[in-house]
Amino acid sequence: MANELMFEKPLLELQKKIQELRTFSQQSGLDFSEEIDKLEKKAELLASNIYEDLTPWQRTQLARHSERPTTLDYIAGICTHFVELHGDRNFGDDLAIVGGIGKIDGIPVTVIGHQKGHDTKENIARRFGMPQPEGYRKALRLMKQAEKFKRPVICFIDTPGAYPGIASEERGIGEAIARNLIEMAGLRTPIICVVTGEGGSGGALALGVGDRVYMLENSIYGVISPEGAAALLWKDSSLGQRAAETMKITAGHIHSFGVVDGVIPEPQGGAHKDTAETIAAVKETIVAALRELIEIPSDLLVEQRYNKYKQMGHYAEL
Amino acid sequence: MLKDIFHKKKRYAELTSKDVAERLGRRPKQEMITTEKAVQVPEGLMTKCKGCGESTFTKELEKNSKICPKCSYHYPITAAERIALTLDEGLFFEYDAGMTTVDPLGFPDYTSKIDREQKKSGLQEAVLTGEGTIGGYPVVLGVMDSSYFMGSMGSVVGEKITRAIEHAMAKKYPFVLFTASGGARMQEGIFSLMQMAKTSAALSKFSEAGGLYIAVNTYPTTGGVTASFAMLGDINIAEPGALIGFAGRRIIEQTIRQKLPDDFQTAEFLLKNGMLDLIVHRKEMKDTLANLLELHGGGVGGE
Ligand SMILES: [Zn+2]
Repeated sequence: MANELMFEKPLLELQKKIQELRTFSQQSGLDFSEEIDKLEKKAELLASNIYEDLTPWQRTQLARHSERPTTLDYIAGICTHFVELHGDRNFGDDLAIVGGIGKIDGIPVTVIGHQKGHDTKENIARRFGMPQPEGYRKALRLMKQAEKFKRPVICFIDTPGAYPGIASEERGIGEAIARNLIEMAGLRTPIICVVTGEGGSGGALALGVGDRVYMLENSIYGVISPEGAAALLWKDSSLGQRAAETMKITAGHIHSFGVVDGVIPEPQGGAHKDTAETIAAVKETIVAALRELIEIPSDLLVEQRYNKYKQMGHYAEL
Repeated sequence: MLKDIFHKKKRYAELTSKDVAERLGRRPKQEMITTEKAVQVPEGLMTKCKGCGESTFTKELEKNSKICPKCSYHYPITAAERIALTLDEGLFFEYDAGMTTVDPLGFPDYTSKIDREQKKSGLQEAVLTGEGTIGGYPVVLGVMDSSYFMGSMGSVVGEKITRAIEHAMAKKYPFVLFTASGGARMQEGIFSLMQMAKTSAALSKFSEAGGLYIAVNTYPTTGGVTASFAMLGDINIAEPGALIGFAGRRIIEQTIRQKLPDDFQTAEFLLKNGMLDLIVHRKEMKDTLANLLELHGGGVGGE
């Protein structure tokens, strides 16, 4: 497997061995079932040792895993009747953000999310999920459209951050993110956000102001990437591992801070080990929130959203 | 006019401009602390301009609102100096002066860094909020100061700005905010990021209520501050030459491996690209603000 992570190598090697033994047993007609049984028990133990209590850096690696389900995977697994809609009506269509309309559990919704690629070619086309201003403006257009037609908005967040480039700055990436923040704060329709992979800074938050915000168990959410923090803190971006601990970016931390409303469990070893199971868990969470939020009058919804964000932050008063 | 009577009645007796400067400045007059070493005015007699390279008497520079008399280069100024230049008689009634920073992540050295930044700048935090009048018009005013912790935004900055917006809404005053910030404060992690959402939510409510918000971007306005309230003014103003941008120069250069244009992320670059309404010279700032307030009837809803 090309995408194995260092920390799971012993387990993957053991699993390979078991597979080889099985094949050999079949081909040779010899009975190795006892040995296989023993090795499988060993693998199980090893897996729980490796995957329980992952470090923040290991979770960061899982959050960035190239086989991790993307927004379009979630849409395919959760929505029916989905139609993808393109373009910001001003400049272009940014492939780093996708969006459209579909139904979840029979309810029409607008779904928007950062979109990474599953291979290098797609990643280049989608700028590794790093949007330019037109991506955020497409997202905003679809949100306003959702508001008009009283559709809830579902946002999937998975980006290293907004794309840092000349064109981004020329077309006002700061303004584009800011505009989404102010508009999402006042949007008169429910907003449910799920951080599925990397929640990188303002580029993530620009799809992340919602009535309910969830994180997948191995996703991360931070004001700066671990590598960026390491570069600033210790002038060495290779110390990302250390910064991942310091910055408290894991779902467990962010949830304990009250910044997100819940953590969605992942299969052992990460979302990509069982995509169907992951998507089912995400769907269950979204449907429950959706059923609850569509009952709330929009005035109250916006007020509750305001109060939720008003409480975020820690300070002392003399 | 009723409005005029009302304005004349408005008194802010708590502080004189000298008090403000002393209370907020708390630093020797000669010393100027800025975010970039290159801009730092030495304590000496002369100051070499970052804009034109010419030397000017430091005293002359200070008398000239810290604008180079030769090339109009705008040096960063402190919040106290900004208040003195902006509000009538420099009278400022400060909000939330006692709000202080805590260390929500248990971040290494954050508490001691806060101490050092406070001693260095004489400020409690990177923004002052309060009220005063500009050309007779009452406003809620926020002024960021990059001499404290690069003007970075943590929980205190976010909360003070949010409360200031709430005051403006309750009082039906316009909100004027001078931004100067290196962006979100890394040491408060996710809480810093959430201040972008919090302040934007407050501006959403304020805007919905018809409130006028004028954002004045000054050197430097970057990162999470640019990607929230700095760009959300009904009117976006900047000082000439101000650095305004989202991503850092170095990160962009590393990503695209291209040379950046000379005017990249300057106020002029943003004006050209449609992100600003106008660039205003520091000496004309107060009159411009007063005129804009006049054009909006001085307050909410333009009565
Ligand atoms: Zn000069």
